[in-house]
Amino acid sequence: MKAVLGDRKAIILLLTPALLVYTLIMLAPVLWSLGLTFFTGNPLMGFEFNGIDNFTRLFSDAAVWDAFWFTVRYAVLVTLLQVVLGYGLALLYNFVLRKSSVVVRTLVFFPVVLPTVAVSLLYQKVFQSAPEDGLVNELLVNVGLGSVDWLGAGGTAFVVIVIMDVWRSVGFYGILIFSGLLDIPDEVIESSRLDGASGFRLIRHIIIPMSLPILFASIIFSINGTIKVFDSVFALTGGGPGSSTTPLTLYMYRTAFQYSDYGYGSTIALLLTMMCLVVTLFIFRSSRRDVTA
Amino acid sequence: MSTASPRLRKALLGSFAIIGATAFTLVGCSGGGGGGTSAPESFEFLKNSENTTTQPVLDALASGACATQNEALPLEFSSMPQAELDSQIQLLASQGGLPPVFSAGGNPAEGAKLADADVLVDFDSALTDLGVRDKIAPGAVSTIEKLYGGGFNFLPFQYNIEGIWYNTQIFEENGWEVPETWDELLTIADEAKAAGLTPLSASGEQGWPITRLLSTYIFRTLGPDAMQKVADGEAKLTDPEYVEAAAAIADLGAKGYFGDNVTSLDIDGSYNLFLTGQSPMIYMGSWILGNINSEDNQVGAENMSFFPFPAVEGGAGSIDQYPSNVGLPATFSKAAYSDDVSSWLGCIAENYGNEALEQGQITGFVTDVDADLPEISQKVADTIAESTDSVLWFEALFPAKASQISSTSAALLVTGQLTPEQFMTTVQDAIDNP
Repeated sequence: MKAVLGDRKAIILLLTPALLVYTLIMLAPVLWSLGLTFFTGNPLMGFEFNGIDNFTRLFSDAAVWDAFWFTVRYAVLVTLLQVVLGYGLALLYNFVLRKSSVVVRTLVFFPVVLPTVAVSLLYQKVFQSAPEDGLVNELLVNVGLGSVDWLGAGGTAFVVIVIMDVWRSVGFYGILIFSGLLDIPDEVIESSRLDGASGFRLIRHIIIPMSLPILFASIIFSINGTIKVFDSVFALTGGGPGSSTTPLTLYMYRTAFQYSDYGYGSTIALLLTMMCLVVTLFIFRSSRRDVTA
Repeated sequence: MSTASPRLRKALLGSFAIIGATAFTLVGCSGGGGGGTSAPESFEFLKNSENTTTQPVLDALASGACATQNEALPLEFSSMPQAELDSQIQLLASQGGLPPVFSAGGNPAEGAKLADADVLVDFDSALTDLGVRDKIAPGAVSTIEKLYGGGFNFLPFQYNIEGIWYNTQIFEENGWEVPETWDELLTIADEAKAAGLTPLSASGEQGWPITRLLSTYIFRTLGPDAMQKVADGEAKLTDPEYVEAAAAIADLGAKGYFGDNVTSLDIDGSYNLFLTGQSPMIYMGSWILGNINSEDNQVGAENMSFFPFPAVEGGAGSIDQYPSNVGLPATFSKAAYSDDVSSWLGCIAENYGNEALEQGQITGFVTDVDADLPEISQKVADTIAESTDSVLWFEALFPAKASQISSTSAALLVTGQLTPEQFMTTVQDAIDNP
């Protein structure tokens, strides 16, 4: 075994097929897209070189920055809710429910396996206001408040999107963080209980520091997923009334495929990539600081 | 990798550089139309899924008048959602993989691009060669040429005029006369609102039913070439006369004539408001005849009629300029235009009009039989035959981005979330920067 894995030539031979597939399918299109940022056009009409025009356009395009801020707001809010609520669920599973948590875990996890488009259609009906009121509006009317056109304005549509995505994914984060909490040795908890720590102080001083690695992992998962949100927003509002719920991914998709400018679309994709890179580096930097502290 | 040897690292770096350079050259050399002319094995029609009217007619032809052509090259359908159609067709065109017949041109600017890229059959010469050029209604041909950059590259499987469809029963009960001016229309709408109805049914979710009102108002006030001027750059949507039109439509929304929650009302909901009698009026094209003549019509087709969009007093346009369109038309791929396909084209040109008429549809193909149409359909057919001048619609000559922004922002205009100036500025920006 060591003879095979120690020999450099053998390593290269074994890695080459997988590396080739990876390069062709993942790296080549990325580089191609990078090249496209200096061109404009589409496959039908051909591509024209236009230097850094796409980049100057990017910085002055109001629509791009609207989409950017929407993506940031969405990512921050949904990540916060996903991780905090997921953490709360994990604590519930670990300390309150214990053995009987299996049923609750499964039920809460169930929305995660549903297709995002199906969930979006479900929420469209639940928050419907025309031609007839959906569940939520019926509830509001019965309580005495008026019905609201949820998907009719950017602000309320944003609320619906956040609720929908958090509902769908909080079960996953609950299970993820729960697995991290399981790693905390029982003796540590017992001894800290004996020392008088209980409830909130136990969580803040013992449990959170010990589950920090899994917390960072879930934050990274969450941010990466939420920055690249596409299908749930597309299926629910299609970009919202006007373009008030258009994330960067949807704007990029529209520019490349509907407005037929692959060059500018690639430039927006580059912006998105830079965004993800910055966020990931930031999180890695802060997590590394913690481990060595 | 600090443990990798410098040689390995150099090799890796070198290969990445080569890949990068290849990427740039690949991009530079790609593009342009695809080649490949192989005769198709079936008469494949790639249509938009929302189109339910063309397939029945072609199926009837395949088993009837065009049975011999169907033997030689069997008819086959495949469909795709309308929203993805334009980009998919462009992709197929660049790969040289267009089917013999396909729906395209939902956005006329995109359709004109296909014509420019020379991937479509020129029907003027093709139909003349087959000796059936006179089977296409001249009005339809002129609408097509206006829309698609001057060429006759699309077939009018549908030919629609637009106007206001109204519930004659409700009008009689309330003593309303058919309005011939904008002010008369507003009076009726006001009284309808007071009576607890939704005066005008419009789908804010789709957007275009609202922008149709806007463009027809513009054509009535500024004349039939008002939108062509915007497309040519001679006028801007931000000019005061155009903004005034937007304000008139925004006013309809402000007075509540579209009902509550117009933003979320989808097209089926909008049709239902009219067909169940909750709305006395709806602005729509003559494709609604299919719904009116169906069993879903709870009000009854005999209690419905049609009047043209009223004139605006002092305006440069006139009431008999009907907005018309050819729906989402179909066209033939030049690369796949084999002899069998050409034979199919001839058969379709000769028989489509008649078969469609028997199924209650009005198309841009000439008919030479007299079918027994429902009264309302006959009225529409007569109006089409008598109309002398047609106008287009708001997004007809816009590029894709402006078209998209216009339809998604229309509901914001009528709910007051965008002022008329803001709406027109947003759309004009998208026209100037596609």
